[in-house]
Amino acid sequence: MNTTVSNQRTKTYAATRNACKICAPLGASVVFKGVRNCVPLIHGSQGCSTYIRRYMISHYKEPMDIASTNFTEEAAIFGGERNFDTAVRNIIEQYNPESIAVASTCLSETIGDDMEKIIRQFKARHAGESLPDIFFASTPSYKGTHMDGFHAATLSLVKHFASSGEPTNKINVFPGFVSPQDIRNLKTILQDFGLEATFITDYDETMDNPSWYTYKNLPEGGTSIAQLQSAGSAMASVELGKTLAKQQEETAGTYLNHQFGIPKISLGLPIGIHESDAFFKALESLSGKESPAKYIAERGRLVDAYVDGHKYNFGKKAVVYGEEDLVIGLVSFLEEIGLDVVLCVSGGKSGQMKRILKEDIQIKSHTEILDDTDFEEMAERCREIRPDILIGNSKGYYISRELNIPLVRVGFPIHDRMGAQRVQHLAYIGTQSLFDKITNALIEKKQNESPVGYKYM
Amino acid sequence: MSDKKKIELPDPSDIKEDILAKYPKKVAKKRAKSMVINDPEMDQEQQSNVRTIPGIITQRGCCYAGCKGVVLGPTRDIVNLTHGPIGCGFYSWLTRRNQTDPGPDGENYMTYCFSTDMQDSNIVFGGEKKLADAIREAYEIFKPHAISIFSTCPIGLIGDDIHTVARQMKQELGINVFGFSCEGYKGVSQSAGHHIANNRIFTDVVGLDDVVRPGKFRVNLLGEYNIGGDAFILEKYFEQMDINLVSTYSGNSTVRDFENSHTVDLNMVMCHRSINYIAEMMEKKYGIPWIKVNFIGAEATAKSLRKIAEYFEDDQLKSKVEKIIKSEMKEVKIVIDQVKPRLEGKVAMMYVGGSRAHHYQELFNEMGMVTVSAGYEFAHRDDYEGRKVLDSIKIDADSRNIEELTVVKDETKFRPELPEKKASLLEKGYRFEDYEGMMPDMKKNSLVVDDISHWESEKLIEYYKPDIFCAGIKEKYVIQKYGIPMKQLHSYDYGGPYAGFKGAINFYKEIDRMINTNVWKLIAPPWKNQPEIVAKMADVEY
Ligand code: SF4
Ligand code: SF4
Repeated sequence: MNTTVSNQRTKTYAATRNACKICAPLGASVVFKGVRNCVPLIHGSQGCSTYIRRYMISHYKEPMDIASTNFTEEAAIFGGERNFDTAVRNIIEQYNPESIAVASTCLSETIGDDMEKIIRQFKARHAGESLPDIFFASTPSYKGTHMDGFHAATLSLVKHFASSGEPTNKINVFPGFVSPQDIRNLKTILQDFGLEATFITDYDETMDNPSWYTYKNLPEGGTSIAQLQSAGSAMASVELGKTLAKQQEETAGTYLNHQFGIPKISLGLPIGIHESDAFFKALESLSGKESPAKYIAERGRLVDAYVDGHKYNFGKKAVVYGEEDLVIGLVSFLEEIGLDVVLCVSGGKSGQMKRILKEDIQIKSHTEILDDTDFEEMAERCREIRPDILIGNSKGYYISRELNIPLVRVGFPIHDRMGAQRVQHLAYIGTQSLFDKITNALIEKKQNESPVGYKYM
Repeated sequence: MSDKKKIELPDPSDIKEDILAKYPKKVAKKRAKSMVINDPEMDQEQQSNVRTIPGIITQRGCCYAGCKGVVLGPTRDIVNLTHGPIGCGFYSWLTRRNQTDPGPDGENYMTYCFSTDMQDSNIVFGGEKKLADAIREAYEIFKPHAISIFSTCPIGLIGDDIHTVARQMKQELGINVFGFSCEGYKGVSQSAGHHIANNRIFTDVVGLDDVVRPGKFRVNLLGEYNIGGDAFILEKYFEQMDINLVSTYSGNSTVRDFENSHTVDLNMVMCHRSINYIAEMMEKKYGIPWIKVNFIGAEATAKSLRKIAEYFEDDQLKSKVEKIIKSEMKEVKIVIDQVKPRLEGKVAMMYVGGSRAHHYQELFNEMGMVTVSAGYEFAHRDDYEGRKVLDSIKIDADSRNIEELTVVKDETKFRPELPEKKASLLEKGYRFEDYEGMMPDMKKNSLVVDDISHWESEKLIEYYKPDIFCAGIKEKYVIQKYGIPMKQLHSYDYGGPYAGFKGAINFYKEIDRMINTNVWKLIAPPWKNQPEIVAKMADVEY
């Protein structure tokens, strides 16, 4: 194991300057948007919901119906039960949804609104009416980031819905916070293995809609309630994300394991050859089938590309930032292609990222790892380290601009490029796309700066 | 532009009933008052600035958004520190596209997002110490001219006293430090935040620098936020007119300019909703009169420039203004002549802001387009019906929570010559404080909708089948799914500027491009083969 001085921070800051994390109910909203015919409801003042919608819209470029209980000053003092009642009834009236997914805010959590009770009492008051399923995730942002909200929402779903039943051959897949295109790709892969999968949740279609002929106030797609219920009788759960695997607290996968005895397979995000191999191997053993030839070919092409592109990538200094599990996945891939990852940054603070990067990924001894940090600290380090490339979301753009180096956009949020919904990160095919983007960004920079303007680089 | 074609709009009573039918009874009753079928000849009450009904998806933001995001966000020489958990600060991190020109001093903190990022223990034990540390830290790093603190919802609940911390830090650091109690739950929309921002800037900033700046005429432009570079265009006109634009609230602005802004001869108000408070307070305390101006639309710009020149009663100034108008209008006309044949009679709807839904109708009129329905997100009755209703507005519990400052005349800094000038001009028929609101400018039978919801806009789109719909990013992708061009009027769809003459030209071209692009041919709106409700009525020539 490596211990390096460079990971010792010289200074800690009181304020967060340009946060490298977002707030918890946003993560929960992403998960809830992946439930079929579900309206997310954020319990608090309307600003949180409006801001969260605004942010998700600028990334996904889709309608984003997320309701709020619209706290006023009175509600802030006396609790939001009345507002909750009105909100739920209005949502039912307008959307007739199959479920309403509630996420709390810092405000409702500070007041101490007991949501379980509020929901129970709502149901009691409306006994005899046909109500949608209403469930709840606790998502105070002073306790965690958008990823904590994301996982809390996922857990709340399986806790609310999963039930025991005749064992099936289905697989539960917990993909983590990836792109709709990633989910689409994973679905195809599982299908090709002949595996029937329940994605928890499946925001492939709901967050990347085609143009419609008639407007739908709830988009098509998403994980159905029946599917969520059947999560309790699945053959296995596949949970992606290495910090998640090491997490002390309960995850959706561990819950299903304890409650229903469903085996849990924990894997990293399948980015790069090594992690994708692990993913495909897991699918082979789950399905009892060899990887289809199509994927052997994809893998072969990816390795071939690694070799062809090596001369552009090798030794180039990269800085990677974003959600902890995404960073870990990316680093594992970047190490394979010879990029020198000099700095890994996340606003998350699971406390696991460092250890995993050192022990599992066996990152180089000089790589600096900063978790629970912000963009300004990252900028300070970058000014010194002088990386060649940044890999992360749009929020780091200002640093790439200052240093005059390329930024390859991955993760969330991406609001200064088209196609955020369709950025591919996962499996051989996603890695291929990342690989091409990163290598081309480096080539482009070199070409732009060549004094002659060569066409062969 | 003389428009011979008179367009009559259909009576939208049926669609209004249709929409309301879907709501629970009490909700329907409340929403009915927010949807008014307009008659410019008649005084009708437009319900507005009332609470959004929970569960009805609104486009409104919170008080904090109005205070930090809108009013203070575009000011560059101040460190704006959000006191609260991380989201509130993160989401307001330069999302509004306010542009700024830091010039040679380069001082600009707008690109930063500072937050105390409250954690569990801060919520339990209080966050005042963390706040103080964060202020010290910001001072140490940047040595800014001023630092301000913005409270978010949880702060109000745990009871951190940001104003005491501000006072202590002001003393300790020797720079101006002040706080805004703009917790998101206050008021009913961002409007409350505008008011809170106006108040604190007025008490803690305005009047700190008495040095009278050079120039024969000095003015402030209030309520212009330099989205997409609007203020840059206007600044050039003032330069050409030799008017010293001391400060703009708050596009391309500095706190230093605010400090000096009480030395002007005239305040000009663009966005009435967000900034009228400070105009009123400056008049009471310093005697500075204010007029309403509008620089959205070429005709409106010309009118406003003339009005300014008239105020100063200066012939040289008047001829400068005429010169500007003459040369700029030439270009305007060329473009209007190009686009008008393609756009005339097309139908627009717009629901945005606290003044834009009114101002932008001017631009559409100039292209011969018709606004069939419009509304604000967070305006008050006076923005709809005009300031004449101010005295009759009932103060409800939500507004009562927002402090109304008692302002008195500043005996040393008050300038008696200004009210005198005002009195003499009034006699000549010049009008001050003359905002008449949106409704008198809208057609008979147009539908005015306040705080429109998702559901309502969907129904209205199906009814009016507009050629263009203007609102914000939250509506954008809903509207486009219908195959209708959607123009964002908050952030300008990453375009602009649209103010002044040059801006008007940009806008005409943009709308022409949006409506007439080939993309829409690939998406057949569901009513493609149905008759158009408005155009059908539009053939009556007068
Ligand atoms: S917590 Fe309050 S201040 Fe923050 S975004 Fe939500 S409503 Fe606005
Ligand atoms: S109060 Fe909490 S939930 Fe609301 S925006 Fe702020 S951080 Fe997010």
